[in-house]
Amino acid sequence: MIIAQQKPIKDIAEMIADCKKVLLVGCAGCVTVCLAGGEKETEILAAALRIMRRLQDNPLETVTYVATRQCDPEYIATMDNLVKDVDAIISLACGVGVQYIAERYHDKWVVPALDTKFIGGSKVHGVWEEKCGLCGDCVLHRTGGICPIIRCSKSILNGPCGGSQYGKCEISKDVDCAWQLIYDRMKALGRLDKLMEIQPPKDWSKSRDGGPRKAIREDVMIG
Amino acid sequence: MKTESKLQKLLDSGHFAVTAEIGPPKHASAHGIRHHAHMLKNYVDATNITDCQTAIVRLSSIAAAVHIRDCGLEPIVQMTCRDRNRIAIQSDLLGAYSLGIRNLLCLSGDHQKFGNEPSAKNVYDIDSIQLIYLMRRMRDEKLFFSGEPIKEHEPRFFIGAVANPFADPFEFRVARLEKKVEAGAEFIQTQCIFDMERFERFMEMVRERGIHERVHILAGVTPLKSWRAAKYLQTSVSGMIVPDDIVERLKKAEDPKREGIEICIEQIKHIRNIPGVHGVHIMAIAWEEVVPEIVERSGLYPRPKVE
Ligand code: SF4
Ligand code: SF4
Repeated sequence: MIIAQQKPIKDIAEMIADCKKVLLVGCAGCVTVCLAGGEKETEILAAALRIMRRLQDNPLETVTYVATRQCDPEYIATMDNLVKDVDAIISLACGVGVQYIAERYHDKWVVPALDTKFIGGSKVHGVWEEKCGLCGDCVLHRTGGICPIIRCSKSILNGPCGGSQYGKCEISKDVDCAWQLIYDRMKALGRLDKLMEIQPPKDWSKSRDGGPRKAIREDVMIG
Repeated sequence: MKTESKLQKLLDSGHFAVTAEIGPPKHASAHGIRHHAHMLKNYVDATNITDCQTAIVRLSSIAAAVHIRDCGLEPIVQMTCRDRNRIAIQSDLLGAYSLGIRNLLCLSGDHQKFGNEPSAKNVYDIDSIQLIYLMRRMRDEKLFFSGEPIKEHEPRFFIGAVANPFADPFEFRVARLEKKVEAGAEFIQTQCIFDMERFERFMEMVRERGIHERVHILAGVTPLKSWRAAKYLQTSVSGMIVPDDIVERLKKAEDPKREGIEICIEQIKHIRNIPGVHGVHIMAIAWEEVVPEIVERSGLYPRPKVE
Protein backbone atom coordinates (compact mmCIF):
# COMPACT_ATOMS: atom_id res chain seq x y z
CA MET A 1 0.00 0.00 0.00
CA ILE A 2 0.86 3.66 -0.14
CA ILE A 3 2.42 4.94 3.05
CA ALA A 4 1.84 8.57 3.92
CA GLN A 5 2.41 10.72 6.97
CA GLN A 6 0.73 13.87 8.12
CA LYS A 7 2.51 17.16 7.54
CA PRO A 8 3.25 19.33 10.58
CA ILE A 9 -0.01 20.95 11.58
CA LYS A 10 1.39 24.45 11.39
CA ASP A 11 2.23 23.86 7.71
CA ILE A 12 -1.33 22.75 7.03
CA ALA A 13 -2.72 25.74 8.96
CA GLU A 14 -0.58 28.07 6.87
CA MET A 15 -1.98 26.65 3.64
CA ILE A 16 -5.49 27.63 4.67
CA ALA A 17 -4.65 30.77 6.66
CA ASP A 18 -7.05 32.97 4.69
CA CYS A 19 -10.00 30.51 4.79
CA LYS A 20 -13.04 30.70 7.02
CA LYS A 21 -14.56 27.33 6.21
CA VAL A 22 -12.78 24.21 5.00
CA LEU A 23 -13.69 20.68 4.05
CA LEU A 24 -11.35 17.95 5.30
CA VAL A 25 -11.53 14.78 3.25
CA GLY A 26 -10.14 11.53 4.56
CA CYS A 27 -9.72 8.35 2.57
CA ALA A 28 -10.72 4.85 3.58
CA GLY A 29 -7.96 3.27 1.50
CA CYS A 30 -4.23 2.93 2.22
CA VAL A 31 -4.00 6.00 4.41
CA THR A 32 -6.58 4.58 6.78
CA VAL A 33 -4.48 1.45 7.16
CA CYS A 34 -1.28 3.42 7.73
CA LEU A 35 -3.10 5.65 10.23
CA ALA A 36 -2.46 8.88 8.38
CA GLY A 37 -5.71 9.94 6.75
CA GLY A 38 -8.63 7.77 7.84
CA GLU A 39 -11.77 8.87 9.63
CA LYS A 40 -10.08 9.22 13.00
CA GLU A 41 -7.16 11.28 11.68
CA THR A 42 -9.54 13.49 9.71
CA GLU A 43 -11.58 14.32 12.80
CA ILE A 44 -8.51 14.93 14.92
CA LEU A 45 -6.97 17.23 12.33
CA ALA A 46 -10.24 19.17 11.98
CA ALA A 47 -10.46 19.64 15.74
CA ALA A 48 -6.81 20.64 16.02
CA LEU A 49 -7.13 23.25 13.30
CA ARG A 50 -10.27 24.66 14.88
CA ILE A 51 -8.59 24.96 18.28
CA MET A 52 -5.55 26.58 16.75
CA ARG A 53 -7.65 29.18 15.00
CA ARG A 54 -9.83 29.83 18.00
CA LEU A 55 -6.70 30.60 20.02
CA GLN A 56 -5.78 33.08 17.31
CA ASP A 57 -9.21 34.71 17.54
CA ASN A 58 -9.88 33.75 13.99
CA PRO A 59 -12.35 30.85 14.18
CA LEU A 60 -12.40 28.23 11.49
CA GLU A 61 -15.42 26.22 10.46
CA THR A 62 -14.75 22.66 9.40
CA VAL A 63 -16.71 19.99 7.58
CA THR A 64 -15.41 16.45 7.37
CA TYR A 65 -15.99 13.60 4.98
CA VAL A 66 -14.31 10.27 4.32
CA ALA A 67 -14.27 8.99 0.76
CA THR A 68 -14.22 5.27 0.11
CA ARG A 69 -11.24 5.91 -2.14
CA GLN A 70 -9.95 9.26 -3.33
CA CYS A 71 -7.98 7.60 -6.11
CA ASP A 72 -11.22 6.85 -7.89
CA PRO A 73 -13.12 9.90 -9.25
CA GLU A 74 -16.40 8.06 -8.83
CA TYR A 75 -16.03 8.19 -5.02
CA ILE A 76 -15.20 11.86 -5.02
CA ALA A 77 -18.36 12.84 -6.85
CA THR A 78 -20.36 11.85 -3.76
CA MET A 79 -19.16 14.91 -1.88
CA ASP A 80 -20.20 17.51 -4.48
CA ASN A 81 -22.74 19.17 -2.19
CA LEU A 82 -20.26 19.50 0.70
CA VAL A 83 -17.79 21.37 -1.43
CA LYS A 84 -20.03 24.22 -2.55
CA ASP A 85 -19.65 26.72 0.28
CA VAL A 86 -16.14 25.96 1.58
CA ASP A 87 -13.09 28.13 0.87
CA ALA A 88 -10.71 25.21 0.64
CA ILE A 89 -10.48 21.43 0.66
CA ILE A 90 -7.83 19.66 2.71
CA SER A 91 -7.24 16.17 1.43
CA LEU A 92 -5.87 13.54 3.78
CA ALA A 93 -5.27 11.11 0.96
CA CYS A 94 -2.06 10.33 -0.89
CA GLY A 95 -1.04 12.67 -3.70
CA VAL A 96 -3.37 10.86 -6.06
CA GLY A 97 -6.44 11.78 -4.05
CA VAL A 98 -5.41 15.41 -3.74
CA GLN A 99 -5.08 15.60 -7.52
CA TYR A 100 -8.41 13.97 -8.31
CA ILE A 101 -10.12 16.39 -5.96
CA ALA A 102 -8.33 19.35 -7.55
CA GLU A 103 -9.32 18.05 -10.97
CA ARG A 104 -12.99 17.80 -10.10
CA TYR A 105 -13.35 21.10 -8.27
CA HIS A 106 -11.36 23.47 -10.43
CA ASP A 107 -12.52 26.60 -8.70
CA LYS A 108 -11.47 25.34 -5.25
CA TRP A 109 -8.26 25.75 -3.34
CA VAL A 110 -7.14 22.12 -2.64
CA VAL A 111 -4.25 21.37 -0.30
CA PRO A 112 -2.47 18.21 0.86
CA ALA A 113 -2.44 17.32 4.55
CA LEU A 114 -0.09 14.39 4.03
CA ASP A 115 3.34 13.71 2.61
CA THR A 116 3.08 10.66 0.39
CA LYS A 117 6.15 8.67 1.28
CA PHE A 118 6.47 5.30 -0.34
CA ILE A 119 5.03 1.93 -1.26
CA GLY A 120 5.51 -0.50 1.54
CA GLY A 121 4.03 -2.46 4.35
CA SER A 122 3.91 -2.67 8.09
CA LYS A 123 6.15 -5.20 9.72
CA VAL A 124 5.12 -4.44 13.28
CA HIS A 125 2.39 -2.13 14.47
CA GLY A 126 3.46 1.47 14.04
CA VAL A 127 6.41 0.84 11.74
CA TRP A 128 6.14 0.97 7.98
CA GLU A 129 8.92 0.15 5.58
CA GLU A 130 9.55 0.81 1.93
CA LYS A 131 9.49 -2.26 -0.29
CA CYS A 132 8.97 -1.31 -3.93
CA GLY A 133 10.30 1.50 -6.09
CA LEU A 134 7.64 1.14 -8.79
CA CYS A 135 10.29 0.53 -11.42
CA GLY A 136 7.85 -0.93 -13.90
CA ASP A 137 9.95 -4.01 -14.64
CA CYS A 138 10.12 -6.21 -11.58
CA VAL A 139 13.36 -8.13 -11.02
CA LEU A 140 12.45 -9.89 -7.78
CA HIS A 141 12.77 -13.28 -9.47
CA ARG A 142 16.47 -12.55 -9.92
CA THR A 143 17.15 -11.27 -6.44
CA GLY A 144 15.54 -13.79 -4.16
CA GLY A 145 12.41 -11.74 -3.62
CA ILE A 146 14.24 -8.73 -2.19
CA CYS A 147 14.05 -5.47 -4.11
CA PRO A 148 17.46 -4.01 -4.98
CA ILE A 149 15.93 -1.00 -6.70
CA ILE A 150 14.50 0.62 -3.62
CA ARG A 151 16.01 -1.30 -0.71
CA CYS A 152 19.58 -0.81 -1.87
CA SER A 153 20.47 2.85 -1.34
CA LYS A 154 22.28 2.87 -4.67
CA SER A 155 19.84 0.68 -6.63
CA ILE A 156 22.75 -1.60 -7.45
CA LEU A 157 21.86 -4.62 -9.57
CA ASN A 158 25.18 -6.38 -9.04
CA GLY A 159 25.74 -5.83 -5.35
CA PRO A 160 26.69 -5.55 -2.61
CA CYS A 161 28.86 -2.45 -2.84
CA GLY A 162 31.97 -2.01 -0.74
CA GLY A 163 30.09 -0.14 1.96
CA SER A 164 28.13 -3.14 3.18
CA GLN A 165 29.26 -4.18 6.64
CA TYR A 166 27.80 -6.29 9.44
CA GLY A 167 24.59 -6.63 7.43
CA LYS A 168 24.00 -2.90 7.32
CA CYS A 169 24.05 -0.34 4.54
CA GLU A 170 26.78 2.28 4.43
CA ILE A 171 24.21 5.05 4.88
CA SER A 172 23.09 4.01 8.35
CA LYS A 173 23.41 1.34 10.98
CA ASP A 174 19.60 1.34 11.03
CA VAL A 175 19.27 0.32 7.40
CA ASP A 176 19.71 -3.30 6.37
CA CYS A 177 21.91 -3.84 3.34
CA ALA A 178 19.51 -5.24 0.75
CA TRP A 179 22.35 -7.12 -0.92
CA GLN A 180 23.34 -8.85 2.29
CA LEU A 181 19.72 -10.00 2.53
CA ILE A 182 19.76 -11.09 -1.10
CA TYR A 183 23.01 -12.96 -0.56
CA ASP A 184 21.71 -14.72 2.55
CA ARG A 185 18.53 -15.78 0.85
CA MET A 186 20.19 -16.97 -2.35
CA LYS A 187 22.64 -18.93 -0.24
CA ALA A 188 19.85 -20.54 1.75
CA LEU A 189 18.12 -21.44 -1.51
CA GLY A 190 21.35 -22.90 -2.91
CA ARG A 191 21.23 -20.40 -5.80
CA LEU A 192 24.40 -18.37 -5.28
CA ASP A 193 25.41 -19.16 -8.87
CA LYS A 194 22.61 -16.81 -9.93
CA LEU A 195 24.44 -13.92 -8.32
CA MET A 196 27.43 -14.52 -10.58
CA GLU A 197 25.41 -13.53 -13.63
CA ILE A 198 26.08 -9.94 -14.63
CA GLN A 199 22.77 -8.14 -14.49
CA PRO A 200 22.45 -5.80 -17.46
CA PRO A 201 21.63 -2.10 -17.09
CA LYS A 202 18.04 -1.49 -16.27
CA ASP A 203 15.55 -0.05 -18.72
CA TRP A 204 14.52 2.98 -16.71
CA SER A 205 12.13 4.09 -19.43
CA LYS A 206 9.65 1.74 -17.81
CA SER A 207 10.05 3.71 -14.61
CA ARG A 208 9.35 7.42 -14.07
CA ASP A 209 12.23 8.27 -16.37
CA GLY A 210 10.10 7.40 -19.37
CA GLY A 211 7.61 10.13 -18.50
CA PRO A 212 4.20 9.80 -16.80
CA ARG A 213 2.92 6.26 -17.14
CA LYS A 214 -0.47 4.84 -17.93
CA ALA A 215 -1.71 1.28 -17.62
CA ILE A 216 -4.39 0.30 -20.10
CA ARG A 217 -6.60 -2.79 -20.14
CA GLU A 218 -8.76 -2.51 -23.22
CA ASP A 219 -10.71 -5.63 -22.34
CA VAL A 220 -12.25 -3.98 -19.31
CA MET A 221 -12.78 -0.53 -20.77
CA ILE A 222 -16.39 0.55 -21.04
CA GLY A 223 -17.70 2.41 -24.06
CA MET B 1 43.84 -5.85 -25.96
CA LYS B 2 46.53 -3.19 -25.48
CA THR B 3 45.96 0.41 -24.64
CA GLU B 4 48.35 3.36 -24.49
CA SER B 5 48.36 3.19 -20.71
CA LYS B 6 51.81 3.19 -19.20
CA LEU B 7 50.40 1.51 -16.11
CA GLN B 8 49.15 -1.37 -18.23
CA LYS B 9 52.54 -1.80 -19.92
CA LEU B 10 54.23 -1.90 -16.59
CA LEU B 11 51.83 -4.39 -15.06
CA ASP B 12 51.73 -6.58 -18.14
CA SER B 13 55.51 -6.76 -18.17
CA GLY B 14 55.45 -8.09 -14.64
CA HIS B 15 56.59 -5.06 -12.68
CA PHE B 16 55.27 -4.44 -9.18
CA ALA B 17 53.34 -1.22 -9.71
CA VAL B 18 52.95 1.74 -7.40
CA THR B 19 49.97 4.06 -7.63
CA ALA B 20 48.91 6.91 -5.42
CA GLU B 21 45.88 9.08 -5.00
CA ILE B 22 45.35 12.79 -5.42
CA GLY B 23 42.14 14.39 -4.23
CA PRO B 24 41.15 17.50 -6.22
CA PRO B 25 40.56 20.64 -4.17
CA LYS B 26 37.38 22.32 -3.00
CA HIS B 27 38.12 25.35 -5.14
CA ALA B 28 38.92 26.27 -8.70
CA SER B 29 42.72 26.36 -8.66
CA ALA B 30 44.95 23.51 -9.81
CA HIS B 31 47.96 24.91 -8.02
CA GLY B 32 47.94 22.34 -5.21
CA ILE B 33 47.34 19.26 -7.32
CA ARG B 34 50.06 20.33 -9.77
CA HIS B 35 52.40 20.67 -6.84
CA HIS B 36 51.50 17.16 -5.68
CA ALA B 37 51.90 15.80 -9.18
CA HIS B 38 55.45 17.16 -9.44
CA MET B 39 56.24 15.75 -6.02
CA LEU B 40 54.93 12.28 -6.86
CA LYS B 41 55.81 11.85 -10.47
CA ASN B 42 59.12 10.06 -10.07
CA TYR B 43 57.89 7.91 -7.22
CA VAL B 44 54.68 6.40 -8.52
CA ASP B 45 53.64 4.96 -11.88
CA ALA B 46 50.23 6.58 -11.97
CA THR B 47 47.88 8.34 -9.64
CA ASN B 48 44.14 8.11 -9.07
CA ILE B 49 42.14 11.28 -9.24
CA THR B 50 39.12 10.92 -7.02
CA ASP B 51 35.66 11.82 -8.27
CA CYS B 52 34.01 13.94 -5.57
CA GLN B 53 35.05 11.40 -2.97
CA THR B 54 32.72 10.96 0.00
CA ALA B 55 30.27 13.04 -2.04
CA ILE B 56 32.02 16.31 -1.33
CA VAL B 57 31.97 18.77 -4.20
CA ARG B 58 35.45 19.12 -5.61
CA LEU B 59 37.18 20.16 -8.80
CA SER B 60 36.30 17.68 -11.55
CA SER B 61 38.37 14.51 -11.68
CA ILE B 62 38.80 14.74 -15.44
CA ALA B 63 39.91 18.36 -15.33
CA ALA B 64 42.32 17.54 -12.49
CA ALA B 65 43.64 14.58 -14.45
CA VAL B 66 44.55 16.85 -17.35
CA HIS B 67 46.56 19.10 -15.03
CA ILE B 68 48.31 16.09 -13.60
CA ARG B 69 49.08 14.64 -16.99
CA ASP B 70 50.55 18.00 -18.01
CA CYS B 71 52.92 17.70 -15.07
CA GLY B 72 54.20 14.40 -16.43
CA LEU B 73 52.35 12.03 -14.12
CA GLU B 74 49.94 9.46 -15.52
CA PRO B 75 46.42 9.88 -14.14
CA ILE B 76 43.79 7.25 -13.43
CA VAL B 77 40.43 8.93 -13.66
CA GLN B 78 37.86 7.70 -11.18
CA MET B 79 34.30 7.60 -12.43
CA THR B 80 31.47 6.96 -9.99
CA CYS B 81 27.92 5.98 -10.86
CA ARG B 82 26.49 8.36 -8.30
CA ASP B 83 26.44 11.63 -10.22
CA ARG B 84 26.05 10.83 -13.89
CA ASN B 85 23.64 8.86 -15.98
CA ARG B 86 24.80 6.79 -18.93
CA ILE B 87 24.62 9.80 -21.24
CA ALA B 88 26.89 11.93 -19.08
CA ILE B 89 29.28 9.07 -18.30
CA GLN B 90 29.87 8.28 -21.96
CA SER B 91 30.19 11.91 -22.92
CA ASP B 92 32.64 12.69 -20.12
CA LEU B 93 34.73 9.64 -20.88
CA LEU B 94 34.92 10.39 -24.60
CA GLY B 95 36.09 13.83 -23.54
CA ALA B 96 38.59 12.43 -21.04
CA TYR B 97 40.11 10.19 -23.67
CA SER B 98 40.37 13.07 -26.12
CA LEU B 99 42.34 14.92 -23.44
CA GLY B 100 44.87 12.13 -23.17
CA ILE B 101 43.51 10.16 -20.21
CA ARG B 102 44.25 6.45 -20.60
CA ASN B 103 43.29 4.85 -17.28
CA LEU B 104 39.81 4.56 -15.87
CA LEU B 105 38.67 3.31 -12.48
CA CYS B 106 34.98 2.42 -12.23
CA LEU B 107 33.19 2.56 -8.90
CA SER B 108 29.75 2.97 -7.37
CA GLY B 109 30.71 6.03 -5.37
CA ASP B 110 29.94 6.89 -1.77
CA HIS B 111 26.33 7.70 -1.05
CA GLN B 112 25.72 11.46 -0.83
CA LYS B 113 24.29 11.17 2.66
CA PHE B 114 27.61 12.00 4.35
CA GLY B 115 28.78 14.55 1.78
CA ASN B 116 28.19 18.28 1.63
CA GLU B 117 25.08 17.97 -0.55
CA PRO B 118 22.98 15.46 1.41
CA SER B 119 19.78 16.77 -0.17
CA ALA B 120 21.02 16.00 -3.69
CA LYS B 121 19.35 13.45 -5.95
CA ASN B 122 21.62 10.55 -6.78
CA VAL B 123 21.70 8.90 -10.16
CA TYR B 124 22.81 5.25 -10.08
CA ASP B 125 21.52 4.71 -13.59
CA ILE B 126 24.07 1.92 -13.98
CA ASP B 127 26.21 0.22 -11.35
CA SER B 128 29.98 -0.21 -11.26
CA ILE B 129 29.96 -3.69 -12.77
CA GLN B 130 27.75 -2.54 -15.62
CA LEU B 131 30.06 0.44 -16.14
CA ILE B 132 33.08 -1.84 -16.40
CA TYR B 133 31.28 -4.09 -18.87
CA LEU B 134 30.01 -1.23 -21.02
CA MET B 135 33.36 0.58 -21.14
CA ARG B 136 35.13 -2.64 -22.04
CA ARG B 137 32.60 -3.31 -24.79
CA MET B 138 33.02 0.27 -25.99
CA ARG B 139 36.74 -0.35 -26.38
CA ASP B 140 36.80 -3.89 -27.69
CA GLU B 141 33.64 -3.99 -29.76
CA LYS B 142 33.42 -0.29 -30.60
CA LEU B 143 29.88 0.05 -29.32
CA PHE B 144 28.20 2.79 -27.35
CA PHE B 145 26.34 1.62 -24.24
CA SER B 146 23.17 1.55 -26.35
CA GLY B 147 24.76 -0.88 -28.80
CA GLU B 148 25.06 1.74 -31.51
CA PRO B 149 28.41 1.39 -33.32
CA ILE B 150 31.16 3.95 -32.77
CA LYS B 151 32.35 4.64 -36.28
CA GLU B 152 35.83 5.77 -35.35
CA HIS B 153 38.08 6.76 -32.46
CA GLU B 154 36.61 4.62 -29.71
CA PRO B 155 38.11 5.41 -26.30
CA ARG B 156 40.69 2.80 -25.39
CA PHE B 157 40.98 2.94 -21.62
CA PHE B 158 42.88 0.55 -19.39
CA ILE B 159 39.95 -0.39 -17.19
CA GLY B 160 40.14 -0.79 -13.45
CA ALA B 161 37.80 -1.46 -10.57
CA VAL B 162 37.91 -1.60 -6.81
CA ALA B 163 37.51 -4.47 -4.39
CA ASN B 164 36.89 -4.29 -0.69
CA PRO B 165 38.03 -7.40 1.20
CA PHE B 166 36.78 -5.83 4.43
CA ALA B 167 33.16 -5.38 3.47
CA ASP B 168 30.56 -8.08 3.95
CA PRO B 169 29.54 -10.73 3.17
CA PHE B 170 33.20 -11.74 3.21
CA GLU B 171 32.65 -15.03 1.37
CA PHE B 172 31.09 -13.15 -1.52
CA ARG B 173 33.81 -10.51 -1.84
CA VAL B 174 36.08 -12.68 -3.96
CA ALA B 175 33.11 -13.79 -6.05
CA ARG B 176 32.18 -10.18 -6.68
CA LEU B 177 35.78 -9.43 -7.62
CA GLU B 178 35.57 -12.28 -10.10
CA LYS B 179 32.35 -10.79 -11.43
CA LYS B 180 34.20 -7.52 -12.06
CA VAL B 181 36.91 -9.40 -13.90
CA GLU B 182 34.26 -11.21 -15.94
CA ALA B 183 32.77 -7.82 -16.76
CA GLY B 184 36.14 -6.71 -18.08
CA ALA B 185 38.20 -5.16 -15.29
CA GLU B 186 41.94 -5.41 -15.99
CA PHE B 187 43.30 -3.98 -12.76
CA ILE B 188 41.92 -3.84 -9.25
CA GLN B 189 42.74 -1.53 -6.39
CA THR B 190 41.65 -2.65 -2.95
CA GLN B 191 40.28 -0.72 -0.01
CA CYS B 192 43.01 0.26 2.50
CA ILE B 193 44.34 -2.79 4.25
CA PHE B 194 44.86 -2.70 7.99
CA ASP B 195 43.68 -6.21 8.80
CA MET B 196 46.46 -8.09 7.08
CA GLU B 197 45.20 -11.49 8.15
CA ARG B 198 41.85 -10.93 6.49
CA PHE B 199 43.56 -9.65 3.35
CA GLU B 200 45.72 -12.77 3.22
CA ARG B 201 42.63 -14.95 3.49
CA PHE B 202 41.08 -12.92 0.71
CA MET B 203 44.13 -13.41 -1.50
CA GLU B 204 44.11 -17.11 -0.77
CA MET B 205 40.58 -17.31 -2.12
CA VAL B 206 41.63 -15.17 -5.09
CA ARG B 207 44.40 -17.63 -5.89
CA GLU B 208 42.12 -20.64 -5.43
CA ARG B 209 39.90 -19.22 -8.15
CA GLY B 210 42.89 -18.21 -10.29
CA ILE B 211 41.68 -14.61 -10.42
CA HIS B 212 45.18 -13.20 -9.88
CA GLU B 213 46.13 -14.64 -13.25
CA ARG B 214 43.39 -12.75 -15.01
CA VAL B 215 43.70 -9.35 -13.37
CA HIS B 216 46.35 -7.16 -11.76
CA ILE B 217 45.60 -6.65 -8.09
CA LEU B 218 47.05 -3.58 -6.39
CA ALA B 219 46.79 -3.69 -2.61
CA GLY B 220 45.61 -0.47 -0.98
CA VAL B 221 47.48 1.04 1.96
CA THR B 222 47.00 4.23 3.94
CA PRO B 223 49.53 5.83 6.30
CA LEU B 224 47.73 7.01 9.43
CA LYS B 225 48.59 10.30 11.11
CA SER B 226 47.23 9.60 14.56
CA TRP B 227 45.38 7.09 16.68
CA ARG B 228 42.30 9.27 16.31
CA ALA B 229 42.43 8.88 12.56
CA ALA B 230 42.69 5.12 13.05
CA LYS B 231 39.80 5.13 15.48
CA TYR B 232 37.70 7.18 13.10
CA LEU B 233 38.23 4.71 10.28
CA GLN B 234 37.55 1.87 12.67
CA THR B 235 34.25 3.16 13.95
CA SER B 236 32.83 5.60 11.43
CA VAL B 237 33.60 4.34 7.95
CA SER B 238 31.47 1.48 6.72
CA GLY B 239 33.43 -1.27 5.02
CA MET B 240 36.67 -0.64 6.88
CA ILE B 241 38.43 -2.84 9.45
CA VAL B 242 41.17 -1.39 11.63
CA PRO B 243 42.52 -3.82 14.23
CA ASP B 244 42.93 -2.50 17.78
CA ASP B 245 46.67 -3.13 17.83
CA ILE B 246 47.16 -0.49 15.13
CA VAL B 247 45.19 2.02 17.17
CA GLU B 248 47.23 1.08 20.25
CA ARG B 249 50.54 1.27 18.46
CA LEU B 250 49.76 4.81 17.30
CA LYS B 251 48.52 5.76 20.75
CA LYS B 252 51.74 4.63 22.37
CA ALA B 253 54.02 6.19 19.79
CA GLU B 254 56.04 9.24 20.75
CA ASP B 255 55.77 10.55 17.21
CA PRO B 256 52.52 9.15 15.82
CA LYS B 257 53.11 10.46 12.31
CA ARG B 258 56.47 8.70 12.11
CA GLU B 259 54.84 5.58 13.49
CA GLY B 260 52.10 5.81 10.87
CA ILE B 261 54.71 5.92 8.12
CA GLU B 262 56.59 2.99 9.68
CA ILE B 263 53.42 0.89 9.85
CA CYS B 264 52.66 1.66 6.22
CA ILE B 265 56.17 0.67 5.10
CA GLU B 266 55.93 -2.59 7.05
CA GLN B 267 52.59 -3.29 5.41
CA ILE B 268 53.98 -2.70 1.92
CA LYS B 269 56.96 -4.95 2.57
CA HIS B 270 54.61 -7.63 3.76
CA ILE B 271 52.21 -7.20 0.86
CA ARG B 272 55.03 -7.52 -1.68
CA ASN B 273 55.46 -11.11 -0.59
CA ILE B 274 51.83 -12.10 -0.91
CA PRO B 275 51.49 -14.16 -4.08
CA GLY B 276 49.11 -12.68 -6.62
CA VAL B 277 49.54 -9.04 -5.58
CA HIS B 278 50.89 -7.02 -8.49
CA GLY B 279 51.31 -3.64 -6.94
CA VAL B 280 50.47 -1.28 -4.17
CA HIS B 281 48.08 1.65 -4.13
CA ILE B 282 49.05 4.27 -1.58
CA MET B 283 46.19 6.45 -0.40
CA ALA B 284 47.80 9.14 1.70
CA ILE B 285 44.66 11.16 2.25
CA ALA B 286 45.60 14.86 2.51
CA TRP B 287 49.15 13.70 3.25
CA GLU B 288 50.55 13.26 -0.24
CA GLU B 289 53.99 14.54 0.75
CA VAL B 290 54.86 11.34 2.62
CA VAL B 291 54.45 9.13 -0.44
CA PRO B 292 58.02 9.57 -1.80
CA GLU B 293 59.53 8.50 1.52
CA ILE B 294 57.19 5.52 1.79
CA VAL B 295 58.01 4.38 -1.74
CA GLU B 296 61.72 4.82 -1.27
CA ARG B 297 61.94 3.09 2.10
CA SER B 298 59.73 0.22 0.92
CA GLY B 299 62.41 -0.54 -1.66
CA LEU B 300 60.23 0.49 -4.57
CA TYR B 301 62.41 3.33 -5.81
CA PRO B 302 63.46 4.05 -8.51
CA ARG B 303 60.42 3.22 -10.57
CA PRO B 304 60.96 1.19 -13.73
CA LYS B 305 60.82 3.06 -17.02
CA VAL B 306 58.58 1.94 -19.84
CA GLU B 307 58.51 3.09 -23.43
S1 SF4 C 1 12.03 -4.65 -8.80
FE1 SF4 C 1 10.79 -2.87 -9.37
S2 SF4 C 1 8.67 -3.57 -9.33
FE2 SF4 C 1 9.90 -5.13 -8.30
S3 SF4 C 1 9.75 -4.59 -6.14
FE3 SF4 C 1 11.57 -3.56 -6.92
S4 SF4 C 1 10.92 -1.55 -7.62
FE4 SF4 C 1 9.09 -2.79 -7.30
S1 SF4 D 1 25.55 -1.15 1.52
FE1 SF4 D 1 24.13 -2.60 0.57
S2 SF4 D 1 22.16 -1.53 0.49
FE2 SF4 D 1 23.71 -0.01 0.93
S3 SF4 D 1 24.26 0.82 -1.05
FE3 SF4 D 1 25.71 -0.83 -0.67
S4 SF4 D 1 24.80 -2.66 -1.56
FE4 SF4 D 1 23.19 -1.11 -1.43
